[in-house]
Amino acid sequence: MKAAAFNYARAASVDEAVQMLVRGGGGAKLLAGGQSLLPALNLRLMSLDLLVDITGIAALRGIRVEGGTLKIGAMTRHADLLTSPEIAAHAPLLAKAIAHVAHPAIRNRGTIGGNLAHADPASELPACMLALGATLVIQGPSGQRRVQAADFFLGLYQTALAPDEILIAIELPALASGERAFFHEYARRMGDYAIVGLAAQGKPAGDRIDALRLVYFGVGERAGSCPAAARILQQRHSPAILAEAQAALAADLQPQNDHQASAAMRLHLARTLLARCVNELLGRAEASA
Amino acid sequence: MIAPTPITLTVNGETVAAQVEPRIHLTDFLRENLGLTGTHIGCEHGVCGACTVRLDGEIVRGCLVLAVQADGKSVETIEGLSDSGALDELQAAFRDRNALQCGYCTPAMLLTAHELLARNPTPDRATIREHLSGNYCRCTGYQAIIDAVEIAARARAGAKS
Ligand SMILES: Cc1cc2nc3c(=O)[nH]c(=O)nc-3n(C[C@H](O)[C@H](O)[C@H](O)COP(=O)(O)OP(=O)(O)OC[C@H]3O[C@@H](n4cnc5c(N)ncnc54)[C@H](O)[C@@H]3O)c2cc1C
Ligand code: FES
Ligand code: FES
Repeated sequence: MKAAAFNYARAASVDEAVQMLVRGGGGAKLLAGGQSLLPALNLRLMSLDLLVDITGIAALRGIRVEGGTLKIGAMTRHADLLTSPEIAAHAPLLAKAIAHVAHPAIRNRGTIGGNLAHADPASELPACMLALGATLVIQGPSGQRRVQAADFFLGLYQTALAPDEILIAIELPALASGERAFFHEYARRMGDYAIVGLAAQGKPAGDRIDALRLVYFGVGERAGSCPAAARILQQRHSPAILAEAQAALAADLQPQNDHQASAAMRLHLARTLLARCVNELLGRAEASA
Repeated sequence: MIAPTPITLTVNGETVAAQVEPRIHLTDFLRENLGLTGTHIGCEHGVCGACTVRLDGEIVRGCLVLAVQADGKSVETIEGLSDSGALDELQAAFRDRNALQCGYCTPAMLLTAHELLARNPTPDRATIREHLSGNYCRCTGYQAIIDAVEIAARARAGAKS
Protein backbone atom coordinates (compact mmCIF):
# COMPACT_ATOMS: atom_id res chain seq x y z
CA MET A 1 0.00 0.00 0.00
CA LYS A 2 0.96 3.64 -0.35
CA ALA A 3 1.34 6.16 2.45
CA ALA A 4 -1.20 8.98 2.76
CA ALA A 5 0.12 12.49 2.07
CA PHE A 6 2.30 14.28 4.62
CA ASN A 7 4.63 17.26 4.76
CA TYR A 8 8.36 16.78 5.10
CA ALA A 9 11.02 18.97 6.68
CA ARG A 10 14.73 18.46 7.40
CA ALA A 11 16.01 19.56 10.78
CA ALA A 12 19.60 20.85 10.87
CA SER A 13 19.96 20.63 14.64
CA VAL A 14 18.31 19.02 17.66
CA ASP A 15 16.98 22.44 18.75
CA GLU A 16 15.37 22.96 15.37
CA ALA A 17 13.84 19.48 15.43
CA VAL A 18 12.35 20.13 18.89
CA GLN A 19 10.86 23.43 17.66
CA MET A 20 9.31 21.64 14.68
CA LEU A 21 7.79 19.01 16.98
CA VAL A 22 6.41 21.69 19.31
CA ARG A 23 4.88 23.65 16.42
CA GLY A 24 3.52 20.47 14.85
CA GLY A 25 1.60 19.51 17.97
CA GLY A 26 0.65 15.84 17.97
CA GLY A 27 0.68 15.71 14.14
CA ALA A 28 4.48 15.79 13.74
CA LYS A 29 6.84 12.84 14.10
CA LEU A 30 10.56 12.29 13.81
CA LEU A 31 11.96 10.31 10.89
CA ALA A 32 15.15 8.45 11.87
CA GLY A 33 15.99 5.32 9.87
CA GLY A 34 12.36 5.00 8.81
CA GLN A 35 12.54 1.21 9.13
CA SER A 36 9.57 1.04 11.52
CA LEU A 37 7.85 4.33 10.74
CA LEU A 38 7.68 3.99 6.93
CA PRO A 39 6.18 0.47 7.05
CA ALA A 40 3.47 1.85 9.39
CA LEU A 41 2.83 4.79 7.04
CA ASN A 42 2.81 2.59 3.91
CA LEU A 43 0.33 0.24 5.57
CA ARG A 44 -1.73 3.25 6.68
CA LEU A 45 -1.60 2.04 10.25
CA MET A 46 -0.91 5.68 10.98
CA SER A 47 -0.98 9.05 9.29
CA LEU A 48 0.57 12.37 10.21
CA ASP A 49 0.86 16.01 9.11
CA LEU A 50 4.62 16.44 9.21
CA LEU A 51 7.69 14.22 9.13
CA VAL A 52 10.75 15.82 10.71
CA ASP A 53 13.82 14.20 9.13
CA ILE A 54 16.70 14.12 11.63
CA THR A 55 19.06 11.99 9.53
CA GLY A 56 21.15 15.06 8.64
CA ILE A 57 22.07 15.94 12.24
CA ALA A 58 25.69 14.78 12.40
CA ALA A 59 25.94 15.48 16.16
CA LEU A 60 23.53 12.60 16.80
CA ARG A 61 25.83 10.00 15.24
CA GLY A 62 28.85 8.22 16.61
CA ILE A 63 30.25 6.05 19.37
CA ARG A 64 32.68 7.35 22.01
CA VAL A 65 34.27 5.90 25.13
CA GLU A 66 34.64 8.37 28.02
CA GLY A 67 36.08 7.01 31.23
CA GLY A 68 34.09 3.88 31.94
CA THR A 69 31.12 4.94 29.80
CA LEU A 70 30.17 4.21 26.20
CA LYS A 71 28.26 7.09 24.60
CA ILE A 72 26.22 6.23 21.53
CA GLY A 73 24.48 8.92 19.48
CA ALA A 74 20.81 8.13 18.89
CA MET A 75 21.22 8.25 15.10
CA THR A 76 24.00 5.67 15.08
CA ARG A 77 22.86 2.95 12.69
CA HIS A 78 22.59 -0.76 13.44
CA ALA A 79 25.26 -1.36 10.74
CA ASP A 80 27.65 0.99 12.59
CA LEU A 81 27.10 -0.81 15.91
CA LEU A 82 27.73 -4.15 14.21
CA THR A 83 31.21 -3.15 13.00
CA SER A 84 32.27 -0.91 15.91
CA PRO A 85 35.42 -2.05 17.76
CA GLU A 86 34.29 0.02 20.79
CA ILE A 87 30.99 -1.84 21.01
CA ALA A 88 32.72 -5.21 20.56
CA ALA A 89 35.20 -4.43 23.34
CA HIS A 90 33.02 -2.62 25.87
CA ALA A 91 29.46 -3.85 25.21
CA PRO A 92 29.80 -7.41 23.85
CA LEU A 93 26.14 -8.05 24.74
CA LEU A 94 25.06 -5.34 22.29
CA ALA A 95 27.54 -6.60 19.68
CA LYS A 96 26.02 -10.09 19.87
CA ALA A 97 22.45 -8.77 19.83
CA ILE A 98 22.77 -6.41 16.89
CA ALA A 99 23.58 -9.25 14.47
CA HIS A 100 20.04 -10.51 15.13
CA VAL A 101 18.34 -7.17 14.43
CA ALA A 102 16.69 -7.37 11.02
CA HIS A 103 18.62 -7.87 7.76
CA PRO A 104 21.62 -6.10 6.18
CA ALA A 105 19.63 -3.62 4.06
CA ILE A 106 17.51 -2.65 7.08
CA ARG A 107 20.56 -2.38 9.35
CA ASN A 108 22.05 0.10 6.85
CA ARG A 109 19.21 2.55 7.68
CA GLY A 110 17.76 1.64 11.10
CA THR A 111 19.10 3.51 14.15
CA ILE A 112 19.46 2.60 17.80
CA GLY A 113 17.50 5.70 18.86
CA GLY A 114 14.61 4.92 16.52
CA ASN A 115 14.58 1.33 17.70
CA LEU A 116 14.42 2.27 21.39
CA ALA A 117 11.82 5.01 20.79
CA HIS A 118 9.71 2.47 18.89
CA ALA A 119 9.88 0.10 21.92
CA ASP A 120 8.83 -3.09 20.20
CA PRO A 121 8.58 -5.80 22.89
CA ALA A 122 10.09 -8.37 20.52
CA SER A 123 13.14 -6.20 19.78
CA GLU A 124 16.57 -7.21 21.04
CA LEU A 125 17.71 -3.70 21.88
CA PRO A 126 15.40 -2.57 24.73
CA ALA A 127 16.28 -5.83 26.51
CA CYS A 128 20.00 -5.08 26.10
CA MET A 129 19.48 -1.58 27.51
CA LEU A 130 17.86 -3.05 30.64
CA ALA A 131 20.51 -5.76 31.01
CA LEU A 132 23.30 -3.19 30.63
CA GLY A 133 21.76 -0.58 32.93
CA ALA A 134 21.67 2.09 30.19
CA THR A 135 20.90 5.77 30.71
CA LEU A 136 18.88 7.48 27.98
CA VAL A 137 19.58 11.16 27.30
CA ILE A 138 16.52 13.07 26.13
CA GLN A 139 16.11 16.63 24.87
CA GLY A 140 12.85 18.60 24.82
CA PRO A 141 11.55 22.16 24.88
CA SER A 142 12.67 22.63 28.49
CA GLY A 143 16.18 21.20 28.10
CA GLN A 144 17.79 17.82 28.66
CA ARG A 145 16.89 15.04 31.06
CA ARG A 146 18.31 11.60 31.75
CA VAL A 147 16.18 8.52 32.24
CA GLN A 148 17.24 5.04 33.37
CA ALA A 149 16.31 2.25 30.97
CA ALA A 150 14.15 0.69 33.70
CA ASP A 151 12.00 3.87 33.73
CA PHE A 152 11.99 4.40 29.94
CA PHE A 153 10.15 1.36 28.56
CA LEU A 154 6.56 1.62 29.81
CA GLY A 155 4.66 -0.92 27.70
CA LEU A 156 3.72 -2.03 24.20
CA TYR A 157 5.32 0.67 21.95
CA GLN A 158 5.16 3.01 24.98
CA THR A 159 8.12 4.96 26.35
CA ALA A 160 8.76 7.87 28.70
CA LEU A 161 9.30 10.17 25.66
CA ALA A 162 6.83 13.06 25.30
CA PRO A 163 5.68 13.84 21.72
CA ASP A 164 7.99 16.89 21.59
CA GLU A 165 11.06 15.13 23.00
CA ILE A 166 14.00 13.56 21.18
CA LEU A 167 16.17 10.72 22.38
CA ILE A 168 19.64 12.07 21.65
CA ALA A 169 22.08 9.57 23.17
CA ILE A 170 22.48 6.32 25.06
CA GLU A 171 25.08 5.85 27.78
CA LEU A 172 26.24 2.38 28.79
CA PRO A 173 28.62 1.38 31.56
CA ALA A 174 31.55 -0.39 29.87
CA LEU A 175 31.95 -4.09 30.60
CA ALA A 176 33.67 -4.45 33.99
CA SER A 177 36.43 -6.98 34.56
CA GLY A 178 34.98 -10.41 35.32
CA GLU A 179 31.63 -9.61 33.70
CA ARG A 180 30.32 -11.84 30.93
CA ALA A 181 27.49 -11.44 28.45
CA PHE A 182 25.02 -14.02 27.14
CA PHE A 183 22.68 -13.49 24.21
CA HIS A 184 20.47 -15.95 22.37
CA GLU A 185 17.10 -15.88 20.67
CA TYR A 186 14.67 -18.17 18.91
CA ALA A 187 13.27 -16.75 15.66
CA ARG A 188 11.71 -18.29 12.54
CA ARG A 189 14.57 -17.07 10.36
CA MET A 190 17.73 -15.08 10.97
CA GLY A 191 16.84 -11.41 11.34
CA ASP A 192 13.17 -11.86 12.15
CA TYR A 193 11.76 -10.54 15.38
CA ALA A 194 12.31 -13.11 18.12
CA ILE A 195 9.67 -15.50 19.44
CA VAL A 196 11.63 -15.51 22.70
CA GLY A 197 15.11 -14.20 23.46
CA LEU A 198 17.35 -13.58 26.44
CA ALA A 199 19.92 -10.83 27.03
CA ALA A 200 21.95 -11.36 30.18
CA GLN A 201 25.07 -10.11 31.86
CA GLY A 202 26.67 -11.10 35.15
CA LYS A 203 29.84 -11.91 37.05
CA PRO A 204 30.56 -15.62 37.27
CA ALA A 205 32.31 -16.34 40.58
CA GLY A 206 33.25 -20.00 40.86
CA ASP A 207 29.93 -21.85 40.94
CA ARG A 208 27.75 -18.78 41.35
CA ILE A 209 26.77 -15.82 39.19
CA ASP A 210 26.83 -12.44 40.91
CA ALA A 211 25.18 -9.22 39.77
CA LEU A 212 23.20 -11.13 37.18
CA ARG A 213 20.72 -9.26 35.01
CA LEU A 214 18.32 -11.44 33.03
CA VAL A 215 16.09 -9.69 30.50
CA TYR A 216 13.73 -11.52 28.15
CA PHE A 217 12.24 -10.10 24.95
CA GLY A 218 9.37 -11.34 22.81
CA VAL A 219 7.63 -12.30 26.05
CA GLY A 220 4.90 -9.95 27.25
CA GLU A 221 4.22 -6.30 26.42
CA ARG A 222 7.76 -5.06 27.05
CA ALA A 223 11.24 -6.42 27.72
CA GLY A 224 11.01 -8.31 31.00
CA SER A 225 13.61 -8.34 33.77
CA CYS A 226 13.67 -11.43 35.97
CA PRO A 227 15.09 -10.40 39.35
CA ALA A 228 13.66 -13.41 41.21
CA ALA A 229 15.43 -15.95 38.99
CA ALA A 230 18.64 -13.89 39.07
CA ARG A 231 18.61 -13.85 42.88
CA ILE A 232 18.29 -17.63 43.03
CA LEU A 233 21.27 -18.03 40.69
CA GLN A 234 23.51 -16.18 43.17
CA GLN A 235 23.58 -19.47 45.09
CA ARG A 236 26.05 -22.25 44.25
CA HIS A 237 25.12 -23.93 41.01
CA SER A 238 23.30 -27.26 41.14
CA PRO A 239 20.55 -28.84 39.04
CA ALA A 240 18.12 -28.03 41.86
CA ILE A 241 19.08 -24.34 41.90
CA LEU A 242 18.71 -24.12 38.13
CA ALA A 243 15.28 -25.79 38.33
CA GLU A 244 14.25 -23.36 41.06
CA ALA A 245 15.34 -20.39 38.96
CA GLN A 246 13.53 -21.80 35.91
CA ALA A 247 10.36 -22.18 37.98
CA ALA A 248 10.69 -18.60 39.23
CA LEU A 249 10.46 -17.27 35.65
CA ALA A 250 6.71 -17.86 35.81
CA ALA A 251 6.43 -15.11 38.43
CA ASP A 252 8.55 -12.58 36.51
CA LEU A 253 7.25 -13.10 32.96
CA GLN A 254 3.81 -12.57 31.41
CA PRO A 255 4.05 -14.59 28.17
CA GLN A 256 1.38 -13.95 25.54
CA ASN A 257 -0.41 -16.23 23.07
CA ASP A 258 -0.10 -15.18 19.44
CA HIS A 259 0.28 -16.59 15.92
CA GLN A 260 3.96 -17.39 16.55
CA ALA A 261 3.71 -19.34 19.80
CA SER A 262 1.50 -20.14 22.76
CA ALA A 263 2.19 -18.68 26.20
CA ALA A 264 3.17 -22.15 27.45
CA MET A 265 5.64 -22.62 24.62
CA ARG A 266 7.15 -19.20 25.32
CA LEU A 267 7.65 -20.03 28.99
CA HIS A 268 9.19 -23.37 28.02
CA LEU A 269 11.61 -21.66 25.63
CA ALA A 270 12.44 -19.05 28.26
CA ARG A 271 13.41 -21.85 30.66
CA THR A 272 15.54 -23.55 28.00
CA LEU A 273 17.31 -20.25 27.38
CA LEU A 274 18.00 -19.85 31.08
CA ALA A 275 19.76 -23.22 31.22
CA ARG A 276 21.87 -22.26 28.18
CA CYS A 277 22.70 -18.93 29.78
CA VAL A 278 23.79 -20.41 33.11
CA ASN A 279 25.91 -23.07 31.41
CA GLU A 280 27.58 -20.56 29.14
CA LEU A 281 28.28 -18.00 31.88
CA LEU A 282 29.69 -20.69 34.17
CA GLY A 283 31.69 -22.21 31.30
CA ARG A 284 29.94 -25.57 31.57
CA ALA A 285 29.25 -28.02 28.76
CA GLU A 286 25.95 -27.43 26.95
CA ALA A 287 24.92 -31.07 27.51
CA SER A 288 24.58 -30.64 31.26
CA ALA A 289 21.53 -28.41 30.70
CA MET B 1 -2.73 19.09 -1.52
CA ILE B 2 0.90 18.91 -0.46
CA ALA B 3 3.32 20.65 -2.80
CA PRO B 4 5.95 18.49 -4.49
CA THR B 5 9.53 18.98 -3.28
CA PRO B 6 12.41 19.52 -5.73
CA ILE B 7 15.17 16.90 -5.57
CA THR B 8 18.43 16.35 -7.45
CA LEU B 9 20.23 13.03 -7.30
CA THR B 10 22.36 10.77 -9.46
CA VAL B 11 20.83 7.55 -10.70
CA ASN B 12 23.24 5.07 -12.26
CA GLY B 13 25.72 7.89 -12.73
CA GLU B 14 23.34 10.36 -14.41
CA THR B 15 22.06 13.50 -12.73
CA VAL B 16 18.29 13.56 -12.33
CA ALA B 17 16.23 16.55 -11.18
CA ALA B 18 12.56 16.06 -10.30
CA GLN B 19 9.63 17.24 -8.20
CA VAL B 20 8.22 14.59 -5.87
CA GLU B 21 5.55 14.37 -3.24
CA PRO B 22 7.15 13.57 0.14
CA ARG B 23 5.08 10.39 0.53
CA ILE B 24 6.54 8.75 -2.62
CA HIS B 25 9.12 6.11 -1.78
CA LEU B 26 12.34 5.67 -3.73
CA THR B 27 11.29 2.49 -5.56
CA ASP B 28 8.06 4.08 -6.83
CA PHE B 29 10.07 7.11 -7.95
CA LEU B 30 12.55 4.93 -9.87
CA ARG B 31 9.80 2.86 -11.48
CA GLU B 32 7.12 5.48 -12.15
CA ASN B 33 9.11 8.64 -12.79
CA LEU B 34 12.25 7.18 -14.37
CA GLY B 35 10.88 3.99 -15.90
CA LEU B 36 13.52 1.86 -14.17
CA THR B 37 11.31 -1.15 -13.60
CA GLY B 38 14.11 -3.61 -12.78
CA THR B 39 13.62 -2.74 -9.11
CA HIS B 40 10.52 -4.61 -7.97
CA ILE B 41 7.88 -4.10 -5.33
CA GLY B 42 6.45 -6.89 -3.22
CA CYS B 43 5.19 -5.92 0.20
CA GLU B 44 6.02 -2.24 0.68
CA HIS B 45 6.69 -2.76 4.35
CA GLY B 46 10.25 -3.99 4.43
CA VAL B 47 9.72 -7.75 4.59
CA CYS B 48 10.37 -9.16 1.10
CA GLY B 49 13.47 -7.29 -0.09
CA ALA B 50 12.35 -7.15 -3.75
CA CYS B 51 12.81 -3.36 -3.78
CA THR B 52 16.55 -3.41 -2.91
CA VAL B 53 18.67 -0.62 -4.44
CA ARG B 54 22.03 0.93 -3.55
CA LEU B 55 22.04 4.34 -1.88
CA ASP B 56 25.48 5.94 -1.62
CA GLY B 57 26.98 2.49 -2.18
CA GLU B 58 24.97 0.58 0.44
CA ILE B 59 21.96 -1.65 -0.12
CA VAL B 60 18.65 -0.36 1.28
CA ARG B 61 14.96 -1.16 1.04
CA GLY B 62 13.72 1.22 -1.65
CA CYS B 63 10.21 1.03 -0.16
CA LEU B 64 11.55 2.27 3.20
CA VAL B 65 13.42 5.32 1.92
CA LEU B 66 11.52 8.38 0.72
CA ALA B 67 12.47 9.76 -2.68
CA VAL B 68 13.01 13.16 -0.99
CA GLN B 69 15.61 11.50 1.25
CA ALA B 70 17.67 10.59 -1.82
CA ASP B 71 18.19 14.30 -2.59
CA GLY B 72 21.91 14.91 -3.13
CA LYS B 73 22.67 11.20 -3.02
CA SER B 74 23.74 8.54 -5.48
CA VAL B 75 21.36 5.70 -6.34
CA GLU B 76 22.30 2.56 -8.27
CA THR B 77 19.78 0.06 -9.55
CA ILE B 78 19.98 -3.33 -11.22
CA GLU B 79 19.99 -1.57 -14.61
CA GLY B 80 23.14 0.43 -13.81
CA LEU B 81 25.01 -2.35 -12.05
CA SER B 82 24.16 -4.84 -14.76
CA ASP B 83 25.36 -2.52 -17.55
CA SER B 84 28.60 -1.81 -15.70
CA GLY B 85 29.57 -5.49 -15.67
CA ALA B 86 29.80 -5.51 -11.87
CA LEU B 87 27.39 -8.44 -11.72
CA ASP B 88 28.83 -10.56 -14.55
CA GLU B 89 30.00 -13.54 -12.47
CA LEU B 90 26.88 -13.52 -10.33
CA GLN B 91 24.57 -13.35 -13.34
CA ALA B 92 26.41 -16.18 -15.09
CA ALA B 93 26.27 -18.34 -11.96
CA PHE B 94 22.55 -17.61 -11.45
CA ARG B 95 21.90 -18.74 -15.05
CA ASP B 96 24.07 -21.85 -14.76
CA ARG B 97 22.54 -22.94 -11.45
CA ASN B 98 18.92 -22.15 -12.38
CA ALA B 99 18.91 -19.77 -9.43
CA LEU B 100 15.87 -18.00 -10.83
CA GLN B 101 12.49 -19.09 -12.06
CA CYS B 102 10.02 -16.21 -12.31
CA GLY B 103 12.88 -13.77 -11.69
CA TYR B 104 10.88 -11.47 -9.45
CA CYS B 105 13.37 -11.63 -6.58
CA THR B 106 16.47 -11.81 -8.78
CA PRO B 107 17.54 -8.15 -9.15
CA ALA B 108 17.46 -7.74 -5.37
CA MET B 109 19.22 -11.07 -4.79
CA LEU B 110 22.00 -9.96 -7.16
CA LEU B 111 22.46 -6.59 -5.43
CA THR B 112 22.47 -8.18 -1.99
CA ALA B 113 24.92 -10.92 -3.00
CA HIS B 114 27.10 -8.31 -4.71
CA GLU B 115 27.37 -6.37 -1.44
CA LEU B 116 28.30 -9.53 0.44
CA LEU B 117 31.08 -10.45 -2.00
CA ALA B 118 32.45 -6.91 -1.89
CA ARG B 119 32.88 -7.24 1.87
CA ASN B 120 33.70 -10.90 2.11
CA PRO B 121 35.06 -12.44 -1.12
CA THR B 122 34.95 -16.02 0.19
CA PRO B 123 31.84 -16.41 2.35
CA ASP B 124 30.73 -19.85 3.57
CA ARG B 125 27.18 -21.06 2.97
CA ALA B 126 25.96 -19.98 6.40
CA THR B 127 27.25 -16.45 5.80
CA ILE B 128 25.57 -16.33 2.38
CA ARG B 129 22.29 -17.48 3.90
CA GLU B 130 22.54 -14.90 6.63
CA HIS B 131 23.27 -12.05 4.24
CA LEU B 132 20.39 -13.03 1.95
CA SER B 133 18.03 -13.67 4.88
CA GLY B 134 16.05 -10.49 4.16
CA ASN B 135 15.22 -11.45 0.57
CA TYR B 136 12.24 -13.66 -0.18
CA CYS B 137 12.19 -16.04 -3.13
CA ARG B 138 8.87 -17.78 -3.71
CA CYS B 139 10.14 -20.10 -6.48
CA THR B 140 13.58 -21.61 -6.12
CA GLY B 141 13.75 -22.86 -2.55
CA TYR B 142 16.97 -20.86 -2.10
CA GLN B 143 19.45 -23.76 -2.48
CA ALA B 144 20.30 -22.87 -6.06
CA ILE B 145 20.72 -19.22 -5.11
CA ILE B 146 23.19 -20.10 -2.36
CA ASP B 147 25.02 -22.39 -4.84
CA ALA B 148 25.20 -19.59 -7.40
CA VAL B 149 26.65 -17.07 -4.94
CA GLU B 150 29.22 -19.63 -3.83
CA ILE B 151 30.19 -20.36 -7.45
CA ALA B 152 30.41 -16.67 -8.32
CA ALA B 153 32.66 -16.08 -5.33
CA ARG B 154 34.97 -18.87 -6.48
CA ALA B 155 34.93 -17.58 -10.06
CA ARG B 156 36.00 -14.14 -8.86
CA ALA B 157 38.70 -15.57 -6.61
CA GLY B 158 39.99 -17.69 -9.53
CA ALA B 159 40.02 -14.73 -11.91
CA LYS B 160 42.17 -12.75 -9.49
CA SER B 161 44.79 -15.42 -8.80
C1 LIG C 1 11.43 -6.55 7.95
C2 LIG C 1 11.92 -5.89 9.20
C3 LIG C 1 12.46 -6.68 10.20
C4 LIG C 1 12.89 -6.11 11.38
N1 LIG C 1 13.41 -6.93 12.34
C5 LIG C 1 13.82 -6.40 13.50
C6 LIG C 1 14.34 -7.23 14.52
O1 LIG C 1 14.49 -8.45 14.37
N2 LIG C 1 14.69 -6.64 15.69
C7 LIG C 1 14.56 -5.29 15.89
O2 LIG C 1 14.90 -4.81 16.96
N3 LIG C 1 14.10 -4.49 14.94
C8 LIG C 1 13.72 -5.00 13.75
N4 LIG C 1 13.23 -4.16 12.79
C9 LIG C 1 13.07 -2.71 13.09
C10 LIG C 1 14.37 -1.94 12.92
O3 LIG C 1 15.31 -2.28 13.92
C11 LIG C 1 14.13 -0.43 12.97
O4 LIG C 1 15.29 0.16 12.48
C12 LIG C 1 13.87 0.20 14.32
O5 LIG C 1 12.87 -0.42 15.02
C13 LIG C 1 13.43 1.65 14.17
O6 LIG C 1 14.53 2.47 13.99
P1 LIG C 1 14.53 3.57 12.86
O7 LIG C 1 15.78 4.36 13.06
O8 LIG C 1 14.31 2.98 11.57
O9 LIG C 1 13.30 4.50 13.36
P2 LIG C 1 12.05 5.10 12.58
O10 LIG C 1 11.30 4.07 11.87
O11 LIG C 1 12.48 6.29 11.81
O12 LIG C 1 11.22 5.62 13.85
C14 LIG C 1 10.53 4.74 14.71
C15 LIG C 1 9.74 5.57 15.74
O13 LIG C 1 10.61 6.21 16.67
C16 LIG C 1 10.49 7.62 16.61
N5 LIG C 1 11.87 8.13 16.72
C17 LIG C 1 12.89 7.83 15.88
N6 LIG C 1 14.05 8.37 16.32
C18 LIG C 1 13.74 9.01 17.48
C19 LIG C 1 14.52 9.75 18.43
N7 LIG C 1 15.84 9.93 18.28
N8 LIG C 1 13.87 10.28 19.49
C20 LIG C 1 12.54 10.09 19.66
N9 LIG C 1 11.76 9.40 18.81
C21 LIG C 1 12.36 8.86 17.73
C22 LIG C 1 9.83 7.90 15.28
O14 LIG C 1 9.11 9.11 15.31
C23 LIG C 1 8.93 6.70 15.11
O15 LIG C 1 7.76 6.86 15.88
C24 LIG C 1 12.79 -4.70 11.58
C25 LIG C 1 12.28 -3.88 10.57
C26 LIG C 1 11.82 -4.47 9.39
C27 LIG C 1 11.25 -3.58 8.32
S1 FES D 1 8.71 -4.07 -1.31
FE1 FES D 1 10.28 -3.28 -0.06
S2 FES D 1 10.71 -4.95 1.22
FE2 FES D 1 8.99 -5.69 0.12
S1 FES E 1 12.61 -16.68 -8.77
FE1 FES E 1 10.52 -16.30 -8.42
S2 FES E 1 10.58 -15.27 -6.52
FE2 FES E 1 12.61 -15.91 -6.74
